[in-house]
Amino acid sequence: MLRFIIRRVLWGVPVLLIVSSITFGILHVVPGGPFDQEKKLPPEIQANVEAKYHLDQPVWRQYVLYLQGLLRGDLGPSYKYLGRSVSDIIRDTFLVSTQLGLVAIMIAMILGITAGIFAASHPGSGWDRFLMFLSTTGIAIPNFVLSTALILLFSNLLHLFPPALWEGPRYLVLPAFSLALLPAAYIARLMRSSILEVIKKEYIQAAQARGLSRFHVMLKHVLKNSMTPVISYLGPLAATLVTGSFVVEFIFSIPGMGKFFITAVTNRDYPLIMGVTLVYAVLIILANLMVDILYAVMDPRVRLE
Amino acid sequence: MINPIAASSAAWILAICLSAVLAPYLAPYPYDAQDNQHLLEAPGWKHLVGTDALGRDLFSRLLYGTRLSLSIGILTALTAMLIGSLYGAVSGYVGGWLDNGLMRGVDVVYALPDLLLIILIKMMIVQDLLGIFLALSLVSWVTVARIIRGEVLRLRESAYVEAAQALGMSHTRILLRHILPNAMGPLIVTLTFRIPAAILAESTLSFVGIGIHPPMASWGSLAQEGWAAMKFYPHLIIFPSLTIFLTILAFNFLGDSLRDTLDPERRPA
Repeated sequence: MLRFIIRRVLWGVPVLLIVSSITFGILHVVPGGPFDQEKKLPPEIQANVEAKYHLDQPVWRQYVLYLQGLLRGDLGPSYKYLGRSVSDIIRDTFLVSTQLGLVAIMIAMILGITAGIFAASHPGSGWDRFLMFLSTTGIAIPNFVLSTALILLFSNLLHLFPPALWEGPRYLVLPAFSLALLPAAYIARLMRSSILEVIKKEYIQAAQARGLSRFHVMLKHVLKNSMTPVISYLGPLAATLVTGSFVVEFIFSIPGMGKFFITAVTNRDYPLIMGVTLVYAVLIILANLMVDILYAVMDPRVRLE
Repeated sequence: MINPIAASSAAWILAICLSAVLAPYLAPYPYDAQDNQHLLEAPGWKHLVGTDALGRDLFSRLLYGTRLSLSIGILTALTAMLIGSLYGAVSGYVGGWLDNGLMRGVDVVYALPDLLLIILIKMMIVQDLLGIFLALSLVSWVTVARIIRGEVLRLRESAYVEAAQALGMSHTRILLRHILPNAMGPLIVTLTFRIPAAILAESTLSFVGIGIHPPMASWGSLAQEGWAAMKFYPHLIIFPSLTIFLTILAFNFLGDSLRDTLDPERRPA
């Protein structure tokens, strides 16, 4: 088991290296440096600034300097927010995004799993078809459409929840729901089809033949075995939450990593862009690793590989 | 397609395509005609869905925006299908170390969330249209490659492929004459799902200000313009958003029913 984990972690390192190289490469092909502003700086100051940020060095040298910084945990200074380092900005915003993400995951799991179980318990019924129709809608609706619809309805019309900013638990509700709807829809579908498959298995019949109550069979046998596709989904779910957070944090003006990433792209703040990209890459790798471990814990057959 | 949902989806898509082609004839006003007497008007008789802050008719802008959004969506989906199918088919058919290597390459791209990569690539290219096209194509082909590779792996084991190989048919001919036609079903379904994914990505990018910029009008950029005035003039964001949502929904429903139709052994979702 430990060897399994170590092997997967080691796989992550070259991936991270490649990702950081690619982001570095991309950002240095981009036309327009961070200091090409409207007011042209006098040449001496421009030269000073470039020297300070190592922009006058050849590209490969900048890359080496960057990698060295990474090993120290230093992601470089922000070009836009002068005086603040990228690591600081990320540290501040990471907490916010994580809070939002975790609440969204919880909502998605609760909604999705219950909907899936309910739909699977009444297969083919009107409820089932309605829920599956809802889930297709939930998957198709774009993030920003849902967010703006929620704001129009619950903020502008009903005045139930605040439309933006991040100043208390009430500010969580609309953004978390916006993030959670698509995953919830996916989970509902996965749960439903998984349960319908598991129910046909022989061991379920055997359990019922042994006289176990339907509730008992459902809880201890059907559900446990149906959860596996949902667990596998947790990996892509992390990616979905990351991309969802771009839009949702932007719309609700939430000071999270997603919003800072978007503004960094608009401002061409290279170190911040690269820092955030790397953090996301680490996050995804970790999420997938956790999923693999969870899988191995839940399904003993996997451990034998 | 007796299914009413699939039928209405197909009808909507047809209507959208027609309005894209016939935009100059259907639009009551030119998309950039400003009318200072009628700023920010709610939907009414003169302007079907209202006007924006510069007095431009939103309905006309939506019609012209359909051209942009739809063509970006279809073109990038087709390109992604082309690249991805080639890549996946070769990888799946040849197998062995080539397959391994090619799929490792795909995994590296998969390590990052797709929208993230799209934004990074788009950032590199100043020209909006070209940037979006390249960014979307270069990221979404990996999904296609995986799917097609799976199909080819499956079809490779078929009896008729084995027979063709025994008869000495060249691999290219086998791919083109046997495997490709039998993979048509999944190919068409994949294409039908790629288009809404592309439309979604483009409108999301334009909405956060990284994609199509005004005065060029795509559905996403129209939604972006409407978002600023959302509190007092909701019509400016409601109609573009509704159009995007309904179109994506229609393509998804169509794809679902196509998949069920073209592949009967598949379980309907």
